[in-house]
Amino acid sequence: MYDVLHTERNVTQNDVKINAQGVQVYYGDTHAIKDVSVEIEDKTVTAFIGPSGCGKSTFLRCLNRMNDTIDICRVTGDIRIDGEDIYDKRVDPVQLRAKVGMVFQKPNPFPKSIYDNIAYGPRIHGMASSKAELDEIVERSLRRGAIWDEVKDRLQAPGTGLSGGQQQRLCIARAIATEPEVLLMDEPCSALDPIATAQVEELIDELRSNYSVVIVTHSMQQAARVSQKTAFFHLGNLVEYGDTGKIFTNPEDSRTESYITGRIG
Amino acid sequence: MTDMKNASDAPRKRISLTETDAHTRKRNASEARFKAYGLGAILIGLFFLVVLATSIIRSGVPAFTRTVLEVEFTLTQEQFDAAEKQLFKTKAYQAVFIDAMTQKLTEDGVTASFDNAAIERLLGKIGNDLRGHYTANTGDLGKSVNFILPASSRVDGYFNGRVTRDTLVDSRFLQLSDLDLVDALHDAGLLKQGFNWTFITGADSGVDNPGGAGIGASVVGSFFMMLVVLVLSLPIGVAASIYLEEFAPQNRWTDLIEVNISNLAAVPSIVFGILGLAVFIQFMHLPQSAPLVGGLVLTLMTLPTIIISTRASLKSVPPSIRDAALGVGASKMQAVFHHVLPLAMPGILTGTIIGLAQALGETAPLLLIGMVGFVARGYPDGFMDGFVEPNSAMPAQIYTWAARADVSFYDKAWGGIIILLMFLLTMNIIAIILRRRFERRW
Ligand SMILES: Nc1ncnc2c1ncn2[C@@H]1O[C@H](COP(=O)(O)OP(=O)(O)OP(=O)(O)O)[C@@H](O)[C@H]1O
Ligand SMILES: [Mg+2]
Repeated sequence: MYDVLHTERNVTQNDVKINAQGVQVYYGDTHAIKDVSVEIEDKTVTAFIGPSGCGKSTFLRCLNRMNDTIDICRVTGDIRIDGEDIYDKRVDPVQLRAKVGMVFQKPNPFPKSIYDNIAYGPRIHGMASSKAELDEIVERSLRRGAIWDEVKDRLQAPGTGLSGGQQQRLCIARAIATEPEVLLMDEPCSALDPIATAQVEELIDELRSNYSVVIVTHSMQQAARVSQKTAFFHLGNLVEYGDTGKIFTNPEDSRTESYITGRIG
Repeated sequence: MTDMKNASDAPRKRISLTETDAHTRKRNASEARFKAYGLGAILIGLFFLVVLATSIIRSGVPAFTRTVLEVEFTLTQEQFDAAEKQLFKTKAYQAVFIDAMTQKLTEDGVTASFDNAAIERLLGKIGNDLRGHYTANTGDLGKSVNFILPASSRVDGYFNGRVTRDTLVDSRFLQLSDLDLVDALHDAGLLKQGFNWTFITGADSGVDNPGGAGIGASVVGSFFMMLVVLVLSLPIGVAASIYLEEFAPQNRWTDLIEVNISNLAAVPSIVFGILGLAVFIQFMHLPQSAPLVGGLVLTLMTLPTIIISTRASLKSVPPSIRDAALGVGASKMQAVFHHVLPLAMPGILTGTIIGLAQALGETAPLLLIGMVGFVARGYPDGFMDGFVEPNSAMPAQIYTWAARADVSFYDKAWGGIIILLMFLLTMNIIAIILRRRFERRW
């Protein structure tokens, strides 16, 4: 009884940003996501946890239609952002991706200068009308990506010349430079040291005031630290979804409990 | 318990790191053997390269030199008028010239027999040249004019060592007695060796005039052909590859296209030649022997090369770059043109230049569409004419020369090969430079 009330209170607190119902994903014959339904709230950090290969990245990639780029991938079901079906024929995935930014598992800066890495998104979306404005966007994004101090003297140096952790923060800065409404992060901290991780987590917490953030992570501590909601995936199923505090202290499903206590995964 | 454990675990022998055991020795020996094989292979390759280069240069250099007779000669107005009244005018000029020569040589103390026929054998039918000069420049009449007259290719051969006194068989081209005259003229400083500009700038000559043969016109023919190939095959090839690699769905049709492109790359060039003959000339009625048609045929041949190399370099761009671009909201086309293509550029350019180099050296298809040597007796009149006027191309010209009976053309063929290789070398250097320049972006 209490649980239900608890969940309902949360839902009424924040609007639902992404509503996924009955999502199935197939890679050819592989059934990677099995009937997943989840409501992701606005101004909330939602963590996806689960053992390797359970479909976290796959589901995340459905949310900005990155799976379109994989020929053999087939998505069915209904995913709505702000009530609009993103798999509708009239939806242009490019427009969707400007609204739903993404940070990938492996840092993937463009082999261009640090400045151009950040400026690329704003440029193609026509977000800056002058060089000064663009400079400002670049600086603001790099600051929020917690990497400004390290690169401010070498903005023209290639982004690929940075260390792995710096590259990842550059990618985060690049993703937020276009001011998306939803930010999808696929294990953004797997290449970062604890200090950079703390900075990124702080950033994620900050982003929460404006955005809906979905983060995939293998670190239970990280999920517990940064997220308000947690979804536990197992073998393509969404096993449990609810308040982070509750998932970590009092999970309903035995599989969730085994996973967070380190017995499966 | 402890005893039992010790018994099952045989006591481990301590191995010093400073002494190599038999297994390691064997492994090291096989590695050394492999290195030796590799080095041997490279040395053999280098040896053949050196042999090839020296033989090409040795055989080709004579094409770039020629023997000329440099003489002062004066033709008076009376002589001119008299000659013009004759029935065989050039013969008359020739007679006047030979008289003058005889006189001059006797003055210089040269003693050798020179009759009309001997001079003709050494210098060819010079009467024609002389008449041409004086009818065009009547102002030169009565003045002393410095004539530079190319000697026959046999004389060239004598200086190059191809023709020797021992091997010479008297013929209507050259006789043993002529060589005395040649030596005498050489000693008198009249007969000189010089750089053969005609070979660089000229067009193909008739079969009886190897001295006047040049590769220039066919270089121009090759140039216009390459222009056609570049302008058509680069955009078509790159566009096709980008479509196939980045946009086309992966299905049976694209698989079929892919297989066919790979097969096309392996089709013998002569097949493209006969295809060009049938389609471009017999069906579409494009002009025969035109660089335009040659370019079209070579485009068909070059396309698969360009498509295959372009696709390979597009494939080598990590997919994460595409994800990154799509992730910030770039369209597929933006992702390809802003990020993937620049990274694939070095590979595309190298592939294109290699394709062009292949096309530049291609002979067989050109022979079928009539781009053989001798079709062009000069340069095209204008830029546009360059595409449609009958012309040859370097390799076809070389083939024509090599196939001629007169051995003097053999030198020309080798010389042509040197020029062709120089062009290919230049193209490869350009490919390397472009590669370096674009690669620095990473
Ligand atoms: N491009 C693909 N083609 C075919 N199968 C795929 C592809 N990507 C993922 N899969 C399959 O889908 C399933 C889910 O993969 P996914 O990458 O979503 O796992 P994950 O939860 O993100 O794992 P990890 O934590 O290791 O990143 C796996 O079984 C995987 O083999
Ligand atoms: Mg993953």
